[in-house]
Amino acid sequence: MKIIVCIKQVPETGNVKIDPQTHTLIRSGVPSIINPLDTYAIEEALRWKEKLGASTLVLSMGPPQAEEALREAVSMGIDQALLLTDRRFAGADTYATAYTLSLAIRKLAPYDLIFCGKQAIDGDTAQVGPALAEHLGIPHIAYVKKIEDIDLQKATVRAHRLMEDGYEILDSRLPALLTVVKEINEPRFPSLKGKMRAKKLEIPIWGADDLGGEVANFGLSGSPTQVKGIFAPPARGKGEILTGEAPLIAQTLIERLKAQKII
Amino acid sequence: MGRIIIHQDRCSGCGECVSTCPFGAISLVSNRAQVNEQCVLCQACLSVCPTEAISLEEKKKDQPLVNGFSYEGVWVFGEQRQGIISEVVYELMGEGRRLADKLGTHLWVIVLGSGLQSEAEHLLHYGADRVCLVDHPDLADFHDESYTRVVSYLIEKYRPEIVLSGATAIGRSFIPRVAVRLKAGLTADCTALDVDLDQRLLLQTRPAFGGNIMATIITPVHRPQMATVRPKVMKKAAYSPLPKGRVQIETVPEDLIVPQTRIVSLVKDLTERVNLADADIIVAGGRGVGGAENFKLLYDLANVLGAAVGASRAAVDAGWIPYSHQVGQTGKTVCPKLYIACGISGAIQHLVGMQSSETIVAINKDSQAPIFSVADYGLVGNLFEIIPSLTKKLQEERLKF
Repeated sequence: MKIIVCIKQVPETGNVKIDPQTHTLIRSGVPSIINPLDTYAIEEALRWKEKLGASTLVLSMGPPQAEEALREAVSMGIDQALLLTDRRFAGADTYATAYTLSLAIRKLAPYDLIFCGKQAIDGDTAQVGPALAEHLGIPHIAYVKKIEDIDLQKATVRAHRLMEDGYEILDSRLPALLTVVKEINEPRFPSLKGKMRAKKLEIPIWGADDLGGEVANFGLSGSPTQVKGIFAPPARGKGEILTGEAPLIAQTLIERLKAQKII
Repeated sequence: MGRIIIHQDRCSGCGECVSTCPFGAISLVSNRAQVNEQCVLCQACLSVCPTEAISLEEKKKDQPLVNGFSYEGVWVFGEQRQGIISEVVYELMGEGRRLADKLGTHLWVIVLGSGLQSEAEHLLHYGADRVCLVDHPDLADFHDESYTRVVSYLIEKYRPEIVLSGATAIGRSFIPRVAVRLKAGLTADCTALDVDLDQRLLLQTRPAFGGNIMATIITPVHRPQMATVRPKVMKKAAYSPLPKGRVQIETVPEDLIVPQTRIVSLVKDLTERVNLADADIIVAGGRGVGGAENFKLLYDLANVLGAAVGASRAAVDAGWIPYSHQVGQTGKTVCPKLYIACGISGAIQHLVGMQSSETIVAINKDSQAPIFSVADYGLVGNLFEIIPSLTKKLQEERLKF
């Protein structure tokens, strides 16, 4: 079995503070991390590798320093890593990102499963996973909170998909792409042995020329969408602080909410 | 390929862009900003520059549409679950009608399902010019592949300029596939929409970086312009007793409908009457709640308010409440009319999941807790006293009516 995990390196927003006046990011030397939801995808690949035996590969498109994120995935136990980096990939929207990843994955075929985190914490789109599956022409299951079974003989996977009002248990044929949510597992910490291996592992780098495909389809020029402008969200007015005896402040709050027809 | 250009003559060397760049891609070199190779063209720097010295070199202006066809009309995907049209569809119809009127065009709703003739007719009362119904037993349940093929087929057949869907589990799962299939532009989880009448462009505004930045996205030359829209943000269409449109039954080639995934079973979350995405009011608990049994206080308050119960990561990780209730970066993003945070300190990872709520109430004993910085009403005190007081008073008020 071969499992490919797609990850993204993102700025660690846990260290980002919001300027209360301007509502913009105060960022001083924010470190980059593996997108938190992708760590669950890595862990799930490792668990199925341990259960059924598999070769695992972690893939990322990003600037050269995204290599650090790949090494971290390897230190957790992933076998191989591949970095897609090229100035021509910059400015890609979800369409172009998924297209670029799909070209690399086609070159890595055959594979049985692709795991992605539900979404990245910087863009929050959750679009790349399903879009990648469409580029590859394979089925996908989004928001997976549990993989019940992988049957390599029948080439099927049974997974639990989180919906707004509960979950669905689905069967899909393989190869398939699954995007996972946090509930699926608890990611492990890198081992010392893993760290040693990650340090030494040679990570191939593929650019636009290695992937083939139309250069016009990469990056900003291959992106149907464009950012027209960026602005700070409207600042919240200063709140009212209520202190005192519980019944009194409870009463005041109810009056305020009723006066504004909120309740 | 585009790139960020810093006009050196206008740059004052103030460093605003350096601290704003989420990727550390800008540095000051001899007191002037310079972009390095780490730039991913996120464009966060553009709006912060006080001297407007930063611009994006664009190459897409005034190009004709990529495939030369003409596109017209606004479509709403009429999502249904177990035969019931989702609430967000009525919200999208309200917004879709507004956009269609502005553009002087029609509003269609596309419904896929089984035995939904009367639901389709009902939608005509909410301002649709046409409800396009694909009725087939195999479309009763949602399947990514078949829904993708059928919706793509209809879009290619009728060529609408705008397609809106709810940013729901279903919409966010299959709409990206439709967009890839058609090479259309797609913007996720929009919270505001408008149109530029000159170029008939859909202006799609959405939060990024967990709501710390708002971005307006356009699709200059690809059609349709597609967007998923966050539930509870748009105003629901008004009911009109006299429908003006009609239902059109569409038949599509059978081979489009064959599902590639199979649903084994549906499991409803029985702990919850109201789900977080649909809730107008959310009562959420954090570490300060202190234990699973204490969540009963929150449920009591939620019951009088008709609210859903949410939780911070701390409460979920402690095992007090299931993950499906988690609000925040690794949980759900919510934007109810009223969010009551009880015993939640307000870590940034939680704030990004709820800070776009209309009104925020925070109850916390620590007056310095960061949650108070986003709260419209901050109640400093013991939640074990304040929450029961709120519940009791609200119950008394209900009895008065």
